[in-house]
Amino acid sequence: MPPLLNLALRNGLGNKGRTALTALVIAVAVVSFGVLQTAVRSYYQGAEASAPDRLVTRHKVSLMFELPMAYRDRIREVQGVKAVAHGNWFGGYYQDQKNFFAQFAVDDSYLDLYPEFVLTAEEKKAFLSERKACVIGEKLARRWGWKLGDSIVLTGTIYDGNWEFIVRGIYRGRDRTTDTTAMLFRFDYLNEWVKARYGNDSPVGWYVVQIADPNAAPRIGKTIDAAYADSTAQTLTETEKAFQMSFVSMAGTVVEAIRIISFIVILIVLLVMANTMMMTARERVAQYGVMKTLGFHAPHLVAIIAGEAMVISLAGAALGIALAYPVISVFGAFMESNLGAFFPSFTLQPGTVAAAVGLCAACGVAAAVFPLLTAVRLPIAAALRKVN
Amino acid sequence: MAVPIAYSVKNLTARKGTTLLAAAGIGLVVVIFSAVLMLAHGFRKTLVSTGSLDNAIVLRKGATSELVSSIDRDQAAILKTQPEVAVGSDGAPVAASELIVIISAPKRSNGETSNIVVRGVTPDSLNMRPVKLVEGRTWTPGLSELVAGSLIASKFKGCGLGETVHLGGRDWTVVGLFDAGETGFESELWGDAEQVMAAVRRPTYSSVTVKLKDPAGLDTLKERIEKDPRFNAQVQGEREFYDKQSTYIALFIQILGIFVTSVFSLAAILAAMLTMFATISSRTAEIGTLRALGYPRRSILLAFVLESTLVGIVGGVVGILPAFALQYLSFSTTNWTSFSEVAWKFSLSGEIVAASMLFAASMGFLGGLLPAWRAARIPIVDALREG
Repeated sequence: MPPLLNLALRNGLGNKGRTALTALVIAVAVVSFGVLQTAVRSYYQGAEASAPDRLVTRHKVSLMFELPMAYRDRIREVQGVKAVAHGNWFGGYYQDQKNFFAQFAVDDSYLDLYPEFVLTAEEKKAFLSERKACVIGEKLARRWGWKLGDSIVLTGTIYDGNWEFIVRGIYRGRDRTTDTTAMLFRFDYLNEWVKARYGNDSPVGWYVVQIADPNAAPRIGKTIDAAYADSTAQTLTETEKAFQMSFVSMAGTVVEAIRIISFIVILIVLLVMANTMMMTARERVAQYGVMKTLGFHAPHLVAIIAGEAMVISLAGAALGIALAYPVISVFGAFMESNLGAFFPSFTLQPGTVAAAVGLCAACGVAAAVFPLLTAVRLPIAAALRKVN
Repeated sequence: MAVPIAYSVKNLTARKGTTLLAAAGIGLVVVIFSAVLMLAHGFRKTLVSTGSLDNAIVLRKGATSELVSSIDRDQAAILKTQPEVAVGSDGAPVAASELIVIISAPKRSNGETSNIVVRGVTPDSLNMRPVKLVEGRTWTPGLSELVAGSLIASKFKGCGLGETVHLGGRDWTVVGLFDAGETGFESELWGDAEQVMAAVRRPTYSSVTVKLKDPAGLDTLKERIEKDPRFNAQVQGEREFYDKQSTYIALFIQILGIFVTSVFSLAAILAAMLTMFATISSRTAEIGTLRALGYPRRSILLAFVLESTLVGIVGGVVGILPAFALQYLSFSTTNWTSFSEVAWKFSLSGEIVAASMLFAASMGFLGGLLPAWRAARIPIVDALREG
């Protein structure tokens, strides 16, 4: 072991109580940083999951307005469009208003545009051959304990009344980011109800447009929107990512608040580290004096002191990360059952862990500045006076 | 006999750097603690004042928000003539049939779009709600004119006085600004119901709000309307309705509050502990001297716990200052239940100041207990040797 590292380690372990306490504060901070960042990432996940070759066409004013079914064929004819599917927001709830999750009424080709929803061939077939069939994400299935063949009754808020659905498929996510908290059911079923009540076909919530070349997205979007510029229902076509982001930015302030708080946590780490290092420096004046007498120079002192700060902060970070996994899994389960629709997939990402370690290391370095200034500026005679 | 309080106070200034750092740590925790409390308090205040106790709101059965509800004209007319509905000075029932439409508008700050409620209203709407015009004029019936809540006017492009928003193929001019106190109506645009209906080609209202002669009449009205086969409607007290509208946001603030408070306070207590341990180890000789002078262990314990509590209080004072500035900020987000923008102010109350100070002092107190106990147990002989 190089002597300097040895010294740094020994110093770090010298005052066991203080090092342990400091590391504990850092660990607590890392855990909370992890939880808060996981919440932020989980919230923005929907936008991450979007595919570059899908566009979404919706009503220009707001998603609350619907588009005529007749648009479908015209969109399909636009050069560069491979396929078109459509969806409607159902907005029902299960048993109680609080139990919110996303439900979409979709046409038969919708699932073909979403290969990340993994279903077996039998499940797909069953979905297409039964009026009341629905497919649900595995997270949603877990949340309510639903199994294949179960019947689910939802209360509609837009399409009022009680609706019965039969679970004919439970989809898994192909990617880590795939949202598996939603439910899809057949548009025919919805349309029947609208026809019976209003005597006309149901309009469409939005169109999903699959394009051959993602680079052509701006051109295709403009072409589609231009076609309806003079109609009563004008459209806005954007990439799926932009569409998701417009949803996500709705509650952006809330999520920004969480993000700010997560960085204030790190600031607290910095304060505590700086305090610890300051106290250490005060007690070590004699040691620095002796070292300087022995011929150690500023760079050596820098290495030893910064090394000590790094040892403490990284030990704290390691402890924090070890604690973060169980805490986040418990907290995540709680979030998924209460606010699962807004925070799908509450798991700690490697990126968050890396950020936590990086920030802790930076805090360690920054905190070492105080004792360094003390040590480097120290007149040797004054320091040696303190040696017993 | 007790160690003079001056001893504990003097110690704070003896090591300014360390005291300040420890107090700053606690102060940061107090900043967050008070901000979350203010957010929750402001939100509650907005909600409670948005709904009036003597108003009842009628929506389509199963509708969770006004947005997805519809009440047709015939039903609205029957609702107004129910016996529980209050009658105004002109002899007509006090009731507002309203229509809700959502438009998206870009924020002035970053250009991001968000959903805003446009409420088509009737003359009674103004009397039934805590709304008063503060600038410009009210809309002219029959024209595409709107008045905007002052909060939304400052936050969104197109919603300021003299600006225009686009809805249903027309441009609507904002001709007035109203002040709705700290209610949800601050985040809305209001215009003539008939005009809005014509623009969006929708023949039905979203909701009917009636003023009750007596709040106790709510139950009988609810009973009658919900059993009436002509209706497919649900009746709720207006306050209860707005309370439900905020379920998710309230739950979210609550979770955030509990999480932040528990985790941050743990960190702050540990930080205070760290500081106190260091203070005591560098003052072993002093403690020995105090003991030799005849101060009992109890007094030593008390002196150091007091010192630590004082550090907490200093942190509390530092941390509560930003809270006063926060009052001038408003927070706005999309309400996840109604899918439209709701804004509210961070609201400070005497209770929040007191709670924050108490919180800071107790963090200092708890952080000081263990080190002080350790200080009190130092053997006198060993302690004196240190000097």
